Amino acid sequence: MSQPKLLISTNKLNLIIKRFALQLIEMHGDFSNAAIIGLQPRGINLAKKLADVITDLQPETALKYGELDHTFFRDDIGRGEIFMPKKSTINFSTENLNIILVDDVLYTGRSVRASIDAIMSFGRPKQVELMVLVDRRFQRELPISPNYVGVVVDSRSTGEHVKVEWTVDEQQVWLLSNKE
Amino acid sequence: MIAQPPIKHLLGIKGLDVSHIQTIFETADNFKTLLNGPVKKTPALRDITIANLFFENSTRTRVSFELAEKRLGADIINFSSSSSSVKKGETLIDTVNNILSMKVDMVVMRHPAPGACMFLAKHIDAQIINAGDGTHEHPTQALLDAFSIREEFGDVAGKKVVIVGDILHSRVALSNIYCLQLLGAEVMVCGPATLIPKYISNLGVKVSHNLNEALKWCDVANMLRIQLERQDQRYFPSLKEYSNLYGLTMDKLKQLNKEICIMHPGPINRGVEISSEVADSDNSIILQQVENGVAIRMAVLFLLGQQRL
Repeated sequence: MSQPKLLISTNKLNLIIKRFALQLIEMHGDFSNAAIIGLQPRGINLAKKLADVITDLQPETALKYGELDHTFFRDDIGRGEIFMPKKSTINFSTENLNIILVDDVLYTGRSVRASIDAIMSFGRPKQVELMVLVDRRFQRELPISPNYVGVVVDSRSTGEHVKVEWTVDEQQVWLLSNKE
Repeated sequence: MIAQPPIKHLLGIKGLDVSHIQTIFETADNFKTLLNGPVKKTPALRDITIANLFFENSTRTRVSFELAEKRLGADIINFSSSSSSVKKGETLIDTVNNILSMKVDMVVMRHPAPGACMFLAKHIDAQIINAGDGTHEHPTQALLDAFSIREEFGDVAGKKVVIVGDILHSRVALSNIYCLQLLGAEVMVCGPATLIPKYISNLGVKVSHNLNEALKWCDVANMLRIQLERQDQRYFPSLKEYSNLYGLTMDKLKQLNKEICIMHPGPINRGVEISSEVADSDNSIILQQVENGVAIRMAVLFLLGQQRL
């Protein structure tokens, strides 16, 4: 693949986030037993926007929102790459809650596996769901499956990567060659 | 932030720069969040084996390191010289090499000889963390002290810290001076002239022999114990006289007309360098220091466990 391929435009992304919000309202109602957790570092942009849209759609919702870093639970510590933790901010107990983990791209599944372990250190949730903007489902290295998906990318090539641009004006998702 | 340049061992605060300390603090912040949650463990160092070699007595530091290592999922070996072959005449390098041949990755060592950790780092492959070497350095104590000041005031820079007591024999004092100065604090040492080394002013610290004046100057007073086990001669007439002149009491604090933060690295000799009333007062952050010690040591172990700090 030589030319970058636009996977999700700004307009389409807004539609996906609205769909996500409606799906979550359908599943979790007033969110009294649910919490949205953005995964550091790149899942929190989507999670924040999603929380805003849910609050707009359902203003009476007291939404529990947190951000989670999984660095201490990675399976590749001490194997060459250096990892610095980001901040985890979860100011409520996750005990017996329905947790929705939100990330931008689901690739090998290893980050999500680490995030599930990390969220368990804040309490024992009733249920953990996974919401991702892009699911690269043929690149999985662990048996992880999302509950809510924006788009699916069926590329089998490991020479490509998904880039999520998230600025104030534009939010787009591109499929790029690793050389780009 | 990833600290530059990378270091393999933590032998002392000297040799670190501000970025190393900030990296340790930011990582410790995250570990504190973990430690305050219901599940206090991570498997981050599950592939690592750590030997805790204590050639000197220790309670807080040894327990704190051991807890930090267990919280990180590491395998640990505890060794104390009093119950080992050191008593049979084995050298330090032989002892450590025998332990390392059992596939140990990291060594946490306390030793009565200044420079023992540096010596070991030159002769063995494992990573070394200095848990106190004689009168030289005690880097993790200085890091947890500065971290506690940062937690109390929001920042260490610009704060005035007086270290009171037996500066001559204190590794805590030297590491604290290096660490606090790197972070932009002003440091004063206070104590009898016999317990303050002459070279100390070369480090850029203020010197006082009057506790009341030092207390008026400072935001933080770090009270040190008299290290009788390292004193081969009398440095002051009596503990009673030392306590009258340099012991921190509520009466002395009340004369200040301001609140100051009280620290102590432990073990406390109540009624000598600090009264029970002061040690247990709201101004004291002594137990927060102990709590922060675990988070700081987890951060150091985690960062070095990635082969780089």
